[in-house]
Amino acid sequence: MATSAPAKSEPTAQSRPVVRIGDRVFSALTLAAGILILLTLAGVAIFLLIQSWPVIGAQTTDPEQITGGGFFKYVWPLILGTLISAVIALIVATPFALGIALFTSHMSPRRLAPFLGYTIDLLAAIPSVVYGLWGLALAGNLVPVYRWLAENLGWIPIFAPDAEGTVSQTGRTMLTASLVLAIMILPIITSLVREVFLQTPRLQEEAALALGATRWEMIRMAVLPFGASGISSAIMLGLGRALGETMAVAMILSSGAFTWSLVVTGNQTIASEIAQNFPEAAGLRLSELISIGLVLFVITLLVNMAARAIVARTTVKGN
Amino acid sequence: MSKQIEIKDLDIYYGSFRAVEGVSMLIEPRTVTALIGPSGCGKSTVLRSLNRMHEVIPGAYVDGSVMMDGQDIYGAGVDPVNVRRQVGMVFQRANPFPTMSIKENVLAGVRLNNQRISRKDADDLAERALRGANLWEEVKDRLDLPGSGLSGGQQQRLCIARAIAVQPEVILMDEPCSALDPISTLAIEDLIAELKNEYTVVIVTHNMQQAARVSDRTGFFNIAGTGKPGKLIEYNDTEIIFSNPEKDDTQNYVSGRFG
Repeated sequence: MATSAPAKSEPTAQSRPVVRIGDRVFSALTLAAGILILLTLAGVAIFLLIQSWPVIGAQTTDPEQITGGGFFKYVWPLILGTLISAVIALIVATPFALGIALFTSHMSPRRLAPFLGYTIDLLAAIPSVVYGLWGLALAGNLVPVYRWLAENLGWIPIFAPDAEGTVSQTGRTMLTASLVLAIMILPIITSLVREVFLQTPRLQEEAALALGATRWEMIRMAVLPFGASGISSAIMLGLGRALGETMAVAMILSSGAFTWSLVVTGNQTIASEIAQNFPEAAGLRLSELISIGLVLFVITLLVNMAARAIVARTTVKGN
Repeated sequence: MSKQIEIKDLDIYYGSFRAVEGVSMLIEPRTVTALIGPSGCGKSTVLRSLNRMHEVIPGAYVDGSVMMDGQDIYGAGVDPVNVRRQVGMVFQRANPFPTMSIKENVLAGVRLNNQRISRKDADDLAERALRGANLWEEVKDRLDLPGSGLSGGQQQRLCIARAIAVQPEVILMDEPCSALDPISTLAIEDLIAELKNEYTVVIVTHNMQQAARVSDRTGFFNIAGTGKPGKLIEYNDTEIIFSNPEKDDTQNYVSGRFG
C-alpha cells in the first residue's frame, strides 16, 4: 500500500500568524480578570498591614497598652481557640461528609440520591445567623451531656470542669460552637467529595467488581484511592470555612479567657472576637482587631497553600 | 480447573429494552471461543452476562440460564460476587489500579478473597501470575513501581496477570487488543493460546483475523436493525465459520461484504 504525504507548501516570506479579533478580546478579558484577583488579594493584605501598624509600634514601645498586655499574649489564645474550634468541627463533619457522599454517589437507590443531594445543598443555603439561633437553642439541651462528660471523663483536660467543679450552665461553650460549625461545613465537604466520587473512572470500578469485590471493597480499591486528593482538598476548604465563620460562633460562644476545657465557659475565636468588639472599638483597639484579622488572613492563606500542596502530591493519574 | 459453560435461551434486558434475544451456546472447557459481529449486536452484553457484570448497569436483568458445570449462575441465592471470583475478566482498555504497584495490582484480587497471605506466598503467587501472563521478565526488577508506568500492552498483560492470580475457572476478554499496537496484540494472542491450556476463554473481538487466529469456536451475532435485539446467528467451529458458514449473513460479514 503506497501512500505519499501531500507536498509541503513553501512558507511565504511574510507569513504572519492570523489574529482574530474575538480571540484578542477574550484573552484580554481573562487576563484582566486574573489580574483583578491578584490586585484584590494584595489590596486586602496591604490594608490590613497599614491599619495594624500602630499595634506593631505599640508592641515595640509599650506592650502594656495592648489588650492582654502585649500583642502575642493577646493573639495567642485567639489563634488556639480558632484552630481548636475548626479542628473539632472537621473531626466531627468529615466522617459524616464522607459517609453521605459515598451513600449518595454509590450506595443509595437511584431515586433517593438526588433528593439527598438537594437536602445537603440546602444546609449550605441556611444563613449563618440562623445557625447561631439554632445553636443557642441546642446549647441548653447539651448541658446534661456536658455535665456527664465532666463527671465521667473529667480527667481528660478537654472535658475538665471549672474551678467550682461545674460546667457551663448555659451550654454556650466551645464544644457547642464547634458542633454547629461542623454542621455548617458539612454541605461544602459533602458536595465536593460527592463530585469527586462520581468522577471515579468506570473502568476502575469495573476492574474491582470483576475481581469479585463487594460494593464496599470496590469503594476501597477504586473510589477512595482515586478520590484521595479531592477528599483532602474538600477537607481543607471546609477548614477554611470553619476558620473564618463568624456570626454563629459570636452568637453561641460565651467567650472568655483561654481554657483547654471545651465544656466550660471561655475561649474565643479570632473572627468572633472581631465581630463582638468592632462596634465599640476605636484608636489602638481598632488596630488590634485589624491586626488579628491579619493573623486570620495569614492562617487561612497557609491552610489553602497546604491544601494545594497536598492535592499536588496525592493526585492520582486516572485513565 | 476450567468449566463448561452452557447458555440456554438467554434474553438480556436493560430495563424494558431487550438487548439480546434467544442465545444458546455450549462452551467447552479449555477452548477459546470468539464472539464476533457488528457494533451494538450484543456480543459484549452476552460476554458480560457470563460473570454478571452487565448488572452494574441499573435495571439490567436476564431471562434464561447460564450453567457453569451444571450450576446456574443466575440461580436463587447465587451471589454475583462469588460468580465474579470464578470468572475473571479483561477489559477493552487496560485498567490497572493507578495507586497500586505492579505487585499489588497482581495481588489485588487475592487480597479480597484471602486477606491473610504470607509474604513469601504472596511473592510466589505474584511471580506465577506474572509468568503466566508473559510479563515476569519485563517487570521483575520493578515490582514495586506503579502499574501505570508500563506500556499499554504491558498494562493489559498486567490486567491478565491480575485476573489469573485468583485462579478463576473462566476468563472473559472484552476486545482486549483494540487499544494496542500489532506487536502488543501478538503478545496477547500468544498468551491466549497458552491460557487455553488451563482456562475456558471467551473473547469478544472486532478483528476477524484475530478471531480466526486464536479461537476454536466462533459465534456470530447480528441485529436486524437499531432498537432490535441482538441474536446469535451462527455458532460453529472457527474454521467452518470463516471458510464455509451455513448462513449468508455470516458469509457476508466474515468476507467483508457486510453493509
